Amino acid sequence: MIKFTLRRLLITFPQLVLLSILVFFLGSLMPGDALSGMIDPSIPAEAIQARREALGLDNPWYIQYRDWVVAMFQGDFGNSIFHQRPVLDVIGDRLLNTIWLSLFSVFIIYLIGLPLGLISGRYKDSLLDSAITGYTYLGFATPTFVFGLVLLWIFGYHFGVFPTNGSVAAGLEPGSLDYILSKINHLILPSFSIALIGLVGTVQYLRSGVIEAQQKDYVMLARAKGVKSTALYVKHIFRNAIIPIAAFFGYELVGLLGGSIFIEWVYAYPGMGALFLESISTRDFSVANVLILFYGFLTILGALLSDIILSIVDPRIRIK
Amino acid sequence: MVEYLLEANSLTTSFKIDGEYYPAVDDVSIRIRQNEVLALVGESGSGKSATAFSLMGLHRHARVTGEVFFQGKDLLKNNERQMNKIRGGDIAMIFQDPMTALNPLMKIKHQIQETLRIHGTGKKSERESYTIELLDRVGIPRPERVAEAYPHELSGGMRQRVVIAIAIANRPKLLIADEPTTALDVTIQAQILDLIRELQDDLGSGVLLITHDLGVVAEMADRVAVMYAGQIVEVAPVRELFMNPQHPYTRSLLNSLPSEEQLGSKLHVIQGVVPALNKMDRDGCRFAPRIPWISAEEHEHQPKLREIAPGHQVRCTCYKNFHLNTSMDHGAVEQRVEAHQMEEGGVDRR
Repeated sequence: MIKFTLRRLLITFPQLVLLSILVFFLGSLMPGDALSGMIDPSIPAEAIQARREALGLDNPWYIQYRDWVVAMFQGDFGNSIFHQRPVLDVIGDRLLNTIWLSLFSVFIIYLIGLPLGLISGRYKDSLLDSAITGYTYLGFATPTFVFGLVLLWIFGYHFGVFPTNGSVAAGLEPGSLDYILSKINHLILPSFSIALIGLVGTVQYLRSGVIEAQQKDYVMLARAKGVKSTALYVKHIFRNAIIPIAAFFGYELVGLLGGSIFIEWVYAYPGMGALFLESISTRDFSVANVLILFYGFLTILGALLSDIILSIVDPRIRIK
Repeated sequence: MVEYLLEANSLTTSFKIDGEYYPAVDDVSIRIRQNEVLALVGESGSGKSATAFSLMGLHRHARVTGEVFFQGKDLLKNNERQMNKIRGGDIAMIFQDPMTALNPLMKIKHQIQETLRIHGTGKKSERESYTIELLDRVGIPRPERVAEAYPHELSGGMRQRVVIAIAIANRPKLLIADEPTTALDVTIQAQILDLIRELQDDLGSGVLLITHDLGVVAEMADRVAVMYAGQIVEVAPVRELFMNPQHPYTRSLLNSLPSEEQLGSKLHVIQGVVPALNKMDRDGCRFAPRIPWISAEEHEHQPKLREIAPGHQVRCTCYKNFHLNTSMDHGAVEQRVEAHQMEEGGVDRR
C-alpha cells in the first residue's frame, strides 16, 4: 500500500513538470504582460523597457521558465506584481478560506446526499423517491451561482440571519472563540449553496447503484441464505452501491477546491477562486502560474486519494 | 402426504408485464421425496428457475398462488420472517453462475459464517473451524487460505464449491440446484456433479435439480419433470423417460442430442423458440406451433396431465400420433415457425 502510494506520487512529478511547461507556454501566447496594465503616459517608454529587462519579461518564454523553476527550487515563488507582495503570501491568505469552504461543502454533500440516495434507491418509485429524484433534476438544471444568489437573497438579505459577504467579521481576535464562530457563520450560506446543488450527482449515482445492486445474484444468494432485509441492505447492497461514490471522493473534494469560483464571487468570499480570476485579468502571471500548478497538483492528488480510498473499499482493486 | 418432503400443488407464478399479470409458472405440481433427485428440465424461458425461486419465496414482484407443502406446512402462507428461517436452513439453493453469486466485498469465510449465524448452527467459537471444515468438505484445497480470500481470487470451479458450501452449511433437507454446472467448463462440471451427489447421499436430502442438460439428468436424477412454456408436459422415472419418452417436446429434446446412430446426419433442431410470456396462446397445446405438421385435431383443447403408466404422466393427446418430422425439409418448417413468431411479435421474456 505504501509502496503503491509512493509510486503514484513519483509518477506525479513528471506530470507536474509537463503541466508547468504547458502553463508557461500558454501564458506567453497571451498578449500583454504585467506591466502593460500599468502604463502611465508620464513614464518614458525607455523606463518601462528597462523595468521589463530587469524583471526578465523580455526574455523568450523558455528562458523565463528556466529562471522561474530555478528560483522555485530555491524557495522563491516570485512576487505578485499586482499585489506587490510575495506570491505565497497572497495565496496563503486565501488558501485556508477555500479549504474550509470545500471541506464544509463536502461534509454537507455526504451528510445529506448519502441518505437521500440510499432511501431513493431502496424505495424506488415511491412518493419519497419521486420527490428526491425531482429535486435532483431541479438541482442539475440550476446553475450554482443562481442558487447561491437565491439563498443569499432569502437568508442573507430578506431574513438577515447570515452574513452576505466576507469570511469573518471585522475586528475579531484571530483564534478566539468568537472568531471561529464568525468564520463558521460566514461559511454556512456559501457551503450550503455549493452542497445542495453539488449533492445531486451523488444522490443519482447512489440511487442507480442501489437499484443495480438489488438485482445482483449475490443479493439473491444472500436472500436465499435467509438474510433479513435490514442486513441485506446494509451488508450486501449499500456497501456495493457506495463504491463509485467512494471512488469519486477525491475528485469531489479537489474539484471543490478549484471549482467554487462562482460561489466565492457571489458571496464576496476571499478564496482562491476569486484570486485566480483576478490574476488572469490583471496578467499577474506569477500568481496565476503558481495557482494553476497548485490546481494541477491537487487534481493529481485527488486521483491518488480516490485510488487509495477505492482500494480500501473494494478488495478487487487492492494492490499488492 | 407425509411421505413427500416437498409437495407443490398448482403452483402458479405470474409476472407483471405492462400492467397485466402473466403466469410464467402455470399450474405446476411437483413432489420430491427424501433422498430423491428430481430433475426439472426445459429450455431457457420455460419457467424452471421461476419455479425454484417461487418455492423459496424469492420473487419480490410476482404473484404466487397454489400451495407448497414442506414438512407439513404451506410455505406460501409464511411471512418473510418465517421464510428467512427456512431459506438457507432447511431449504438451500445452489446458484447458476458462481462468478456473480458471491458478494465481491466479503471474505469467503464471512459469507459462510453469515448463514451459520442466521440459522444458529454451531457455537460462535466453533464457527471458524466449522467453516474450514465445510470448505474442506466441498473439496477445496488449503481451506484455511481460501477462507481468508475474496471471491475474485478464486476460479469459477472453486467459487461454485464455495456456493455449495454455503448451501450445505446448515444441513438442508431440500437442496435446490439451479443449473449448477451451466457456467462451468466441462471438466469441472463432472466434479461438481459428483460433489452434489456425494453430499446428497451424505445428508439424505431431497434435491430439485434444474438443468437443460440431458446428460446431467441421466447421470443425476431419479425422476424427471419436463417443462415447456410454464407447464409440466411430462413426468417419469429417469429410465422410463429416456427409454420411452412420450410427449413431442420430450422426444424432440432427446432427439436433439447428438448420438452415434445419427452419425454423419445433421443434428436435429427444434425449430422456433418458447413463446413470449405475454404473447402466448394459453388454450390448447403450447408446443403445437413448433410441430406444425401435426394437425390441430390431434391436440387437446385444454390439455391435462394424464398418467399413462405408473409414475409416468404426459400432457395433451398429441403424443399418440406424434412422429418426428424427418421427411419434411427444414426450410419449410422454419418458414412456418417464423411466420408464427411474426404474429407473436417476438417479444422477449424476462
